[in-house]
Amino acid sequence: MFFMIVATLFPLTLTPEMSRLRDAAPGVLWIGALLSSLLALEFLFRDDAVDGTLEQFALSGQSLTWMLFAKTCTHWLLTGLPLALTAPIAAAALGVSFEAMGGVVASLLLGSFAMSLVGAIGAGLTLGARRGGVLLSLLTLPLAVPILIFGARATQLAIGGGDIAPPMYLLGAIAVLGLTLAPLAAAAAVRIGLE
Amino acid sequence: MATWTWFHRLASPPHVYAFARRWTPWFGGFAALAMVIALYGGLVLAPEDYQQKDAFRMVYVHAPTAWLSLMIYTTMAIAAAVGLIWRMKVAHAAAAACAPIGAWFTVGALGTGMLWGKPMWGAYWVWDPRLTSELVLLFLYFGYMGLRAGIEDPVKADKASAMLAVVGVINVPIIKFSVEWWNSLHQTATVMQLGKPKMNGDMLWPLLLMLLGFLLYFIAVLLIRLRAELLRRERNASWVREVLT
Repeated sequence: MFFMIVATLFPLTLTPEMSRLRDAAPGVLWIGALLSSLLALEFLFRDDAVDGTLEQFALSGQSLTWMLFAKTCTHWLLTGLPLALTAPIAAAALGVSFEAMGGVVASLLLGSFAMSLVGAIGAGLTLGARRGGVLLSLLTLPLAVPILIFGARATQLAIGGGDIAPPMYLLGAIAVLGLTLAPLAAAAAVRIGLE
Repeated sequence: MATWTWFHRLASPPHVYAFARRWTPWFGGFAALAMVIALYGGLVLAPEDYQQKDAFRMVYVHAPTAWLSLMIYTTMAIAAAVGLIWRMKVAHAAAAACAPIGAWFTVGALGTGMLWGKPMWGAYWVWDPRLTSELVLLFLYFGYMGLRAGIEDPVKADKASAMLAVVGVINVPIIKFSVEWWNSLHQTATVMQLGKPKMNGDMLWPLLLMLLGFLLYFIAVLLIRLRAELLRRERNASWVREVLT
């Protein structure tokens, strides 16, 4: 929802001209996606930390890493996935042609998943902090820069009709790295917060 | 056995405090000496660059600053990892002491780079991978300091910010190799490479000496900050009372 509003605000501020909007589309889509996933990340662990669910997770004897991984995945299913699926509407409004939609959706799917994984570390670390929301952005954005670079590049190539495989591979590599390490780091971070 | 007693003494705040107090003037003194000699060598003795003329002399400030900004981050991450793994309070204090110094070196690297970029590239700032990743490094330092300041419980703050420092270390190789991975306006490494440096000896020695001077300066400032940090953390301990009276 937030993503759609951001995407509609850009034509109002930049230019309503379709050809120039199309050039700006990758940036608009990715900045929108990044900001909305940051907004959503704040609630990844916060509510569970407040009502004690996270403590129960940690005490349950099950692996906290897997629990948090599952939580991150559901979080992505409820935020990243709908975002990527509604992206074609926003992209079409920005003048992106129909053929390019596959690449746009694929890059946003992979990118938002990587973003959720990386963000889980930040969300875990900021659990015990005051003004966690601001801090969360400050911590997560520098780490999310590679995702943004390769993701926006893939979208740009898709819109331009190029081969999106190379940046997609790199994006995939980031996602795999996040998949293997981020849940471990997030679990360690949550443990620190709970101590 | 000897190495282990050394390691244990490193973990004891009073010992580290005394060590820092004894050695700070030495590091500071040699840093000043090295910087003065290197400045003379770099600004007076070294020949002009055939392309950049006298403007290349900015390298004597810019390159050591930029190296240090990366090295301090690595130092901070290692100290943070040591603090996490062996639960050493002194290591956490050292990591905390590193962050502001590193942030200032990063600001210095960006600032001197801008001054150098204006005559060479015609612009203070270009969106180049090296510049952007250095800026990201600055945000990492800010994030680290922000997280540390944002958590009230000192033990939690230590651990959480240490985690962040270790995770953020992934950015260091990206900055180091950014000029090689992406076609970049920033020149590629001319000194730090295997084999013979591509720089003339007359130009090189002041640069290396300046790096040494900056390194010693960093250590001196780190020791001062570490002392302050230890005093603040251990303010209720008996050794602090003995030291200060």
